[in-house]
Amino acid sequence: MADLRIKIGSLLFKNPVMMASGTCGYGSEFDDFIDIEQLGGIIVKGTTLEPREGNPCPRMAETASGMLNAVGLQNKGIDYFVKNIYPHLSQYGTNVIVNVNGNTVEEYTELAGRLTDLVAIPAIELNISCPNVKRGGMIFGTNPDAAREVIASVRKAYHKTLIVKLSPNVTDITEFARISAGEGADAVSLINTLVGMAIDAKTMKPRLSTITGGLSGPAIKPVALRMVWQAAKAVTIPVIGIGGIMNAEDALEFIMAGATGVQVGTASFIEPRTAINVISGIESFLEARGFASVSEITGIINRN
Amino acid sequence: MKKRIEDLTVTENRQLTDSFFVLKVTSSLTLPEIMPGQFVQVLVADSPSTFLRRPLSVHDVNVTENTISLLIQVAGKGTERLSKLRQGETLNIIYPLGNSFTLPHKGEKVLLTGGGCGMAPLLYLGRKTKEAGAQVNFAFGFRNRLRIPEHKEFKKLGIVHLATEDGSEGCKGLVTDIPALREEKWDRVYSCGPELMMKAVADECLRREIFCEVSLENLMACGIGACLCCVVSTTSGNMCTCTDGPVFNVRNLKWQISG
Repeated sequence: MADLRIKIGSLLFKNPVMMASGTCGYGSEFDDFIDIEQLGGIIVKGTTLEPREGNPCPRMAETASGMLNAVGLQNKGIDYFVKNIYPHLSQYGTNVIVNVNGNTVEEYTELAGRLTDLVAIPAIELNISCPNVKRGGMIFGTNPDAAREVIASVRKAYHKTLIVKLSPNVTDITEFARISAGEGADAVSLINTLVGMAIDAKTMKPRLSTITGGLSGPAIKPVALRMVWQAAKAVTIPVIGIGGIMNAEDALEFIMAGATGVQVGTASFIEPRTAINVISGIESFLEARGFASVSEITGIINRN
Repeated sequence: MKKRIEDLTVTENRQLTDSFFVLKVTSSLTLPEIMPGQFVQVLVADSPSTFLRRPLSVHDVNVTENTISLLIQVAGKGTERLSKLRQGETLNIIYPLGNSFTLPHKGEKVLLTGGGCGMAPLLYLGRKTKEAGAQVNFAFGFRNRLRIPEHKEFKKLGIVHLATEDGSEGCKGLVTDIPALREEKWDRVYSCGPELMMKAVADECLRREIFCEVSLENLMACGIGACLCCVVSTTSGNMCTCTDGPVFNVRNLKWQISG
């Protein structure tokens, strides 16, 4: 049996495969289809201090090999999360990670601080890359100074494993990977969605209420893979690869490009068992090719 | 009810009009209990431009045959591909999804209103309504008589009132112009179809204080409450069409505008 375990910061994952924030709800939505505990981790829905209603409909548009979304961080806020969702999450025998959002540095920091106290949440993913909110989100992830400030502030307030989720909507992804590493993040995860749009030519109207939204799915995989490769070469902290992973082969590409772990996102909407299939596919590959552990192929294309 | 993901086998694909067809599928396992109003998420194979599953209402369930029927209207490449499925081919579906209509009590008089492919969930609802001992009536609206799919299965369950916009069949006008809707006394009215039609039905029911449930259609990605793409504005905030619905009492919807 190949060793699938990975380590991010001080946190051990039983395998490198996680379900991405915004695509797995709070895990229980998938209970009928998979055993969540087999996953390396789940990153639950983006959470904010205050409840948010999100954007008006239409929030979704199917596009070639992908989809646009403009959900806009709909969630019931941290108080509701702690009271009503956390008790169930704390039962899962896997790493449950919360995706953290805010309008201001103070909001991000306060939320991170609140999450420190939850013993069953061993890590947070700092979302500085949501393209679907008017304030916060991607504004922090596309401005180096803003990114530095929010990561530094959250790092001070949060002493467990800190992952920073990066936006691909930048000229140089390595700059933001370096800033994250420099401010003490334990890992970076990338990519969040690419800003895109779609128009219905028949009705002559935008397909999303917000006009622009975040593109995900296999359409973005080559871009994601390139950015993961660049980021992995630029920093020594682990990189978590996200973007259009539909099967084990896609995940292996990210790992070979330098990703320590991967997140399955949009694919779970179509095949809820994708993440589980990716784990077994990675394991089969390693065994068939005689690798003792997944770490042996991490960044393998960068060697020699 | 536990949701399943399963490869079902097509037992029949019957064309009803130039755009409507009924796909009948069976499982190698015993079908789970399916309630009227629930839907399935269909994976469209061999259609490269169809990325996401397609949500489709359960049109009918036959427990003896162990089959589910789906009434489908060709609207794009996904449904076009489904219309070409042949007997023996497989269809991967996630089901049963969503909530269901509230069934009437024995002896109640109910009206099931629909337009276009909104007829889909009303056959199974009509069947369950009749089993519950209620008196079933249907009111359907179409553009013209050529658009009306075969509906003898509906006629077996109750009276079918028709309206066409050009008056080529039934009463001339919309569903809401069918005299029975406005003139008769109803204990419950159910509706599924174009939003304007459902709103008009809802207005009538709110005005006359009749219990009214509608089945909403929305763009969906997951169908299981994870993506939050299909929300609808309700008196309790945004709710997911896929898991909190698709059936909503019109009193809880924000779009109820009495006029």
